[in-house]
Amino acid sequence: MGKLGDQVQFKIKRQAGPETAPYWEEFSVRWEPMMNVIAALMEIQRHPVNAAGQKTTPVVYSSNCLEEVCGACTMVVNGRVRQSCSALVDQLAQPITVEPMSKFPVVRDLYVERQRIFEDFKKVNAWIDTDGSHNLGPGPRYSAEVADMRYALSRCMACGCCLEACPNYGPGIPFIGAATVSQARLFNLHPSGSMKASVRLDALQAEDGIGGCGNAQNCVQVCPKEIPLTTSIGDMMRATTKQAFQSLFRR
Amino acid sequence: MADRPRFIVVGGGLAGLATVIKIAEAGHDVDVFSFVPCRRSHSVCAQGGINGAVNTKGEGDSPAIHFDDTVYGGDFLADQPPVKAMCEAAPGVIYLLDRMGVPFSRTPEGLIDFRRFGGTLHHRTAFAGATTGQQLLYALDEQVRRWEVAGRVRRFEHWEFVHAILDDNGNCRGIVAMDLHAMKLEVFPAAAVALATGGPGIVYGKSTNSVVNTGTAAALVYQQGASYANGEFIQVHPTAIPGADKLRLMSESLRGEGGRLWVPKKKGDARRAKDIPENERYYFLEEKYPKYKNLVPRDIATREIFELCRRQGMGVGGKDSVYLDLTHLGEEYIKRKVGGVVEIYEKFIGGKAWEEPLQVFPAVHYSMGGLWVDYDHMTNIPGLWAVGEVDFAYHGANRLGANSLVSCIYSGLVGGPAMVRYATGKVGQELGEPSSVLLDGARTKMEETYGALGKMEGPHNPYQLWWQLGDEMTGKATVVRYSNELQELDGKIQGWMEDWKKCSVLDTGKSANQAIMFTRQLWNMLVLARVIVQGALLRDESRGSHFKPDFPERNDEKFLKTTLASYDPATHGPKITYKEVDTSLIKPRKRVYTGEAKA
Repeated sequence: MGKLGDQVQFKIKRQAGPETAPYWEEFSVRWEPMMNVIAALMEIQRHPVNAAGQKTTPVVYSSNCLEEVCGACTMVVNGRVRQSCSALVDQLAQPITVEPMSKFPVVRDLYVERQRIFEDFKKVNAWIDTDGSHNLGPGPRYSAEVADMRYALSRCMACGCCLEACPNYGPGIPFIGAATVSQARLFNLHPSGSMKASVRLDALQAEDGIGGCGNAQNCVQVCPKEIPLTTSIGDMMRATTKQAFQSLFRR
Repeated sequence: MADRPRFIVVGGGLAGLATVIKIAEAGHDVDVFSFVPCRRSHSVCAQGGINGAVNTKGEGDSPAIHFDDTVYGGDFLADQPPVKAMCEAAPGVIYLLDRMGVPFSRTPEGLIDFRRFGGTLHHRTAFAGATTGQQLLYALDEQVRRWEVAGRVRRFEHWEFVHAILDDNGNCRGIVAMDLHAMKLEVFPAAAVALATGGPGIVYGKSTNSVVNTGTAAALVYQQGASYANGEFIQVHPTAIPGADKLRLMSESLRGEGGRLWVPKKKGDARRAKDIPENERYYFLEEKYPKYKNLVPRDIATREIFELCRRQGMGVGGKDSVYLDLTHLGEEYIKRKVGGVVEIYEKFIGGKAWEEPLQVFPAVHYSMGGLWVDYDHMTNIPGLWAVGEVDFAYHGANRLGANSLVSCIYSGLVGGPAMVRYATGKVGQELGEPSSVLLDGARTKMEETYGALGKMEGPHNPYQLWWQLGDEMTGKATVVRYSNELQELDGKIQGWMEDWKKCSVLDTGKSANQAIMFTRQLWNMLVLARVIVQGALLRDESRGSHFKPDFPERNDEKFLKTTLASYDPATHGPKITYKEVDTSLIKPRKRVYTGEAKA
């Protein structure tokens, strides 16, 4: 536990732009109560000077809610992918290393472009095909058990932790990754969503689909929302296999 | 206008996405601009739920009672017809979200479950665990993604709105926006533009708001002539936890599910909470408000906590802190009903809600005020709409918990179709395409603005100035307000405006230069801070969240009026006028939550 007057040591991996080479810069930041990695980055904005006493630019990073529900500030802190807002300095060994995620293109410093996740959501129809936003009365009834199961899956922030940790996901590899597979399950569990279940299962059988999973099970270990990702993958594997068999017999 | 008018929505939270969906459904093309991917917008922070009088519990709840609670909770400052329409639409909004797949918590019969919230005696709040805003946002984001695949919607994520393009007649004809990766300015003509850019909580430095909530878009159009209404009405939420970077909300749902606020009866009692026997605890809200108990409206709960901690020195350990006690509810119930909230406490402060009470204190949370809009949500600039927290419309002087999610979505459902009517109607048709001279001129102007920002030199650091502004605003323009302090604060803000001109550009990078963007946002925050402070200074009464000890009563004769601020470029300050409030449906009455107040 730090105290007032202490300095906290940081090693931050920086990069001036998408095409330039990364480099490390060290910072010594004054400790404050309840300090997280974000608070340190904010302090660097107020005092953009590195540990060697040289003037530098504020570190560029992405953040928004700062309470681990938006997923924006995901980084690799001391080697582990996580949200930097909930990375409390007092719980981290120093020097604290902060790096951008490695599976996504770096825009600058710690700021990466994760649009691929949202593009992959499109492939599995990660939505309910509603008839429209006009008033059509109540939605379908379903049990509290199913709602609870869906809620657990629906807490996915598309932060990309599971993808960063997955040995089978990355640039140049087609696999869509655990988060997207779990989205397919989320919508297949909904009474109206299930009407399009076969479309999602077909998508999961494509080249970039569920077959890319190598069963490393890293995803479920790093998920900040403890989403049962491996259960989702297992469930979707069974469902796709079943669908494949059924279509075989239908021929 | 062209055969197929294009529309622009700035902001991808609940209000913006609801607007997008309505426009796309009407068969039109719409571009949505957002600093962050829509799915990461501030709406995710809403925890407790969304109000709608569905009456699942058979308590006799109705939209009429919801309407009365909302108007009364807002201390009669809201124009009533739109509030009534919102409350009537609210059950339908909840059903719509359910149809979109929001995993609402359910009853044993499989219906949507409802919980209690502040300022009402009914179970009226539908919820998805305790991350309801996140869940609603995802549902709308998914529907918009569907429209994106259908080719109706283009997303401009990691873009910032920097300028509204106004023609010689003052009509809004499009926007200039900055690509935040490549730092390139681009011009986007549009038949109508909506701002759905959220509140200005970041003006207060640390608040429960997200990083993007600087109010910069609202401040920009205010400087271009839009009226800003009721800016002085800032909600301070009673229960939040401290942090070095922000203050984190501990949702009202914790009390809706049975949480109790208390302090030790003995000042400075050093015992641990669980060692303090029941009869030595002061359940301050339950004693004073036997009917609403811990669920009085937020302005009232916040003032009681301030009174206890700041004036009576009764805070836990003599500090700015009271207990929010859930221990009697049990681990299973707490995790199931409010797991998402207590998780935040556990991660950021440490401690389990079922073992010991949480320690909380009020924090700036929401702006009831915002851009003035008509009942169609158009601002006083034709062609420019405002929806969601950035508008002023539904909450009067104080917002009831769980009314923000419904007002955000409802305003989009109203605003979107109104934009289509405007663009496809006579006015829009007659406007035709904006001229290239107009568009190029706007681009040049912004290139000059950002060019100049990139050359700023001087001793000041914009992030330091912001921190000072936040500190002073939190100290003097929140729960308890004194005219002399507000006057002094306004002087300081003007001083910081001078300092701002001597800010140094911290970064000359060509990629994702956040410092340049922030420097302009800071100016906009200073401009909005003056609107808040001047509005508070001139309003010599106490109403809802606005409390002046020197004027402790509500004064309907003088101040049952909407504050309207318009920007004066000469002073950078607001010119303030007042507008009558439409109270045609419910006659204003004294607002009392003690004893046997209204049911």
